[in-house]
Amino acid sequence: MGAGHGHRLHYHGHSPVHRAEPHHKLLALVGFVLLVVATPGDAYPFFAGYLAVLAAVVARSGVPPSYLLKRTVVELPFVVFALIVPFVSRGPQTEVWGVTVSEPGLVAAGALLMKGTLGVLASLLLAATTEPHDVVRGLERLRMPAPLVQILSFMVRYLDVVGDEMGRMRTALASRGFTARNPRHWPVIARSAGALFIRSYERGERVHLAMLSRGHAPGERA
Amino acid sequence: MRVLDVAGLAHVYPDGHQALYGVDLHVDSGERVALLGPNGAGKTTLVLHLNGILLPAAGSVTVSGMPVTKPNLQEVRRRVGIVFQDPDDQLFMPTVRDDVAFGPRNLGVRGAELDRRVLEALDQVGMVEYVDRPPHHLSFGQRRRVAVATVLAMRPEILVLDEPSSNLDPASRRELADILRSLDVTVLMVTHDLPYALELCPRSVVLSGGVMVADGPTRALLTDEELMRAHRLELPFGFDPRNVPVPEGG
Ligand SMILES: Nc1ncnc2c1ncn2[C@@H]1O[C@H](COP(=O)(O)OP(=O)(O)OP(=O)(O)O)[C@@H](O)[C@H]1O
Ligand SMILES: [Mg+2]
Repeated sequence: MGAGHGHRLHYHGHSPVHRAEPHHKLLALVGFVLLVVATPGDAYPFFAGYLAVLAAVVARSGVPPSYLLKRTVVELPFVVFALIVPFVSRGPQTEVWGVTVSEPGLVAAGALLMKGTLGVLASLLLAATTEPHDVVRGLERLRMPAPLVQILSFMVRYLDVVGDEMGRMRTALASRGFTARNPRHWPVIARSAGALFIRSYERGERVHLAMLSRGHAPGERA
Repeated sequence: MRVLDVAGLAHVYPDGHQALYGVDLHVDSGERVALLGPNGAGKTTLVLHLNGILLPAAGSVTVSGMPVTKPNLQEVRRRVGIVFQDPDDQLFMPTVRDDVAFGPRNLGVRGAELDRRVLEALDQVGMVEYVDRPPHHLSFGQRRRVAVATVLAMRPEILVLDEPSSNLDPASRRELADILRSLDVTVLMVTHDLPYALELCPRSVVLSGGVMVADGPTRALLTDEELMRAHRLELPFGFDPRNVPVPEGG
C-alpha cells in the first residue's frame, strides 16, 4: 500500500532534468521505452548502453539512485512472472544451480527483467522530476485528445484523494488495534478495501454533481 | 427583483423516501438568507433542486424568472452557484487555476478573459498567490475559499452555500464571513451555526421534516424558544442572540 500516490514519487529539485519541458521529457521517455522494447532480448551490450545513458540522466537530475531503486518495487509482479517463465517454457533444457530449466525461457526471462527494469526506472525518473499535473499538461501539448487529458487530470487529482482516504482508514484501523502483520487480521484488509472502493465511488458521484453544477455538460460540446 | 422562487416543491428519492413535502421559498436580489433546520430536514435536498441536479416530483423552482427545467439547465447553473459542504467534492482539477477556470470554460469563456476571471475570483477570496498550487496541498480553510472562488468565477446571481462554516477554525470562519459580506451577490446559506446565521443573514427560514416552518428576521427566530425547541435548534452554550449587536442590513 502507499504506492500510486502521485506526489510521493516526486523528488523536489531544480536540475536541468526537472526544468525540461514536460512534453519533451514525455517524448524522450516514449522513445527510450520503444527503443528498449525493440532491442532483441540477447543484445546485452545495447542494454548496458541504455543503462549507462539512463544513469547519466539520473546523475544529472540529482535524484538519489537509491530513491529510484526503492520505488522499483512496482516491478515486483513482473519479476515473479519472469522467474516463473524458465520453469514453464518449453524447448531445450539447461541446468542452473542444479535445477533444470528451459533455455529459451531463461533468455526470455532475462530480457523481460532487463527491459522491464529499464522502462520502470525511466518512468520513475520522469515521475521524480515532473509534477503529475505537468505530465498531464505535457500530454495536452502533445495533442492528446481533450477528454483523455481531462480524465487523466481527474485521476491524478483523485489518486491523492483516494490515497488520503486510505491513509485515514489505516489510521482508524490501527487506532483500534489492527496490525497488518497479523494474518488473522487479513480478512479486514479485504473488507476495508471494499469500503475504500465504495467511499471513493461515492466521492466520484459527488464530484460529478459538483461538475454538473458548474455547467459541465458531457457530450454537448467538443 | 425575485432571484429565487420555489413553490410547492416536493421530492421523493428513488428509494421511495420522501424528503420534501411542498416547500415554498423566495429570495430577492441582494438578500442574504440563512436556511436552518435539524439533520435530515431536507436542506441539502432543497439545495440540489435550485440548479436542477435533482428535479421536483411536484412544484416548481424558478431562477430570475427562468423555470428550472431540462432545456434551461446550462443557464440555470450559471445563475445559481452552489458551494458544496466538502471542498474535496468541489475541487477536482490538478491546480487551483484549472479548477477555478473549469466553470467559466464550460460557459465558453476563453483566453485572456478566462485568466482575468480566475484571478478576479481568487482575489475576492484572498487566494491569488495560490493560483498554481494543487488544491489538495492546501489547508481545509484555504480549500473552502477556493471552492467559493470556483463558483464566483461563474458570476452567479445567487450563491448557495451548504454549511460553509463547518470544520473551519474561528479565524477562517470569520474571514469567510468577511468575504461573504464583501461580495455583492445574493446569498442562501445552509447552516447549523446559528451565531453565524445571525451575524451574516438578516433573514432566516427554517426547514423541518421537509416543510418550511418559519420565515422571518434571524434574531426573532432565534429568540423564539418554542420554535427552536420544536425543531431541534439549539444555541451554543452561553450564547444569547439578544445581546449581539447585528450590523443592520447585513
Ligand atoms: N440519496 C438519497 N436517497 C434516499 N434518501 C435520501 C437520500 N439523500 C437524503 N435522503 C433522505 O432525505 C432526507 C433529507 O436529507 P438531506 O440530506 O436533504 O438533509 P439535510 O437537511 O441536508 O441534513 P443535514 O443537516 O444532516 O445535512 C433524510 O431523511 C435523508 O435520509
Ligand atoms: Mg445536508
